[in-house]
Amino acid sequence: MKIIVNGAPLETDASDLAALLLELGKGDAKVATSLNEVFVPKTIRADQALSDGDRVEIVAPRQGG
Amino acid sequence: MPVFYGEHIESRLMLGTAQYPSPAILAEAFRQSGAGIATVSVRREAGQDTAGQDFWALVRELDVVLLPNTAHCHSVREAVTTAQMARELFDTNWIKLEVIGHADTLQPDPFGLVEAAAQLVEDGFDVFPYCTEDLVLCERLVEVGCRVLMPWGAPIGTGLGLNNPYGLRSLRAHFPEIPLVVDAGLGLPSQAAHAMELGYDAVLLNTAVAKAGDPVAMAKGFARAVEAGALAAEADPMDPRDMAAPSTPVFGKAFL
Repeated sequence: MKIIVNGAPLETDASDLAALLLELGKGDAKVATSLNEVFVPKTIRADQALSDGDRVEIVAPRQGG
Repeated sequence: MPVFYGEHIESRLMLGTAQYPSPAILAEAFRQSGAGIATVSVRREAGQDTAGQDFWALVRELDVVLLPNTAHCHSVREAVTTAQMARELFDTNWIKLEVIGHADTLQPDPFGLVEAAAQLVEDGFDVFPYCTEDLVLCERLVEVGCRVLMPWGAPIGTGLGLNNPYGLRSLRAHFPEIPLVVDAGLGLPSQAAHAMELGYDAVLLNTAVAKAGDPVAMAKGFARAVEAGALAAEADPMDPRDMAAPSTPVFGKAFL
């Protein structure tokens, strides 16, 4: 299926958000996620099924003012 | 020293972490200034990019309290979702809430700001709203549960200082019990001292230090300025007057 990750299209077989992070090499990384503009806590990523066209955001700590 | 949401902070200087020439200079600026709070953000990270992980390792070494922001969010939904992601990432209920209403001035959207603040307070956040010095806006923010107010001195990154000292002074008089922070627009330590002389609890700045030729020296300058300004505010300054008044006694002057 094709989804959008951080604004870029991605072809993936990951069935849920936790699997997607593993696929992207971010399984253990300090990141936070949202699905279709709604925050998804780390604890329920594995319960969050992905569907074609979903929009995923993966963010990490960064410099800020 | 300021107390924000029950937490005592050992410095009146709050520093941003962006735009420094290097991570080492950032760390040294914090060390030399003794800044008590560092603002941070959340940004996209995917693929092989590990900048966020590296930055996380750096800020953990700073030994400061972290205040994540919702910088560049233009809608309530964006700001709320960003705040929720930041809470999980940084393990804090503190959020510097930015809801930007104007692209050129980066002026806060007062309507969206109140709406987002209300939602976040309801969700258990301790909200630090980046606002203007508008008295009515600040009343609304306090009504929805904000226990800190952070009015701008001038638009972000301008270095113009305190554009409206009257408005900032009014805010101080109107909210004697609410911690007030001048956030944004400061360019020089003298402007930070002025904010403290108005009775503010702290200042938050980033560009003035990070973009100085010597960020470490400038951070130290700001640290000394906020200390000087706070001492002056506590010392009950004299009232200004229009007419001159001699300081040296007139009585006893030799008749020549």
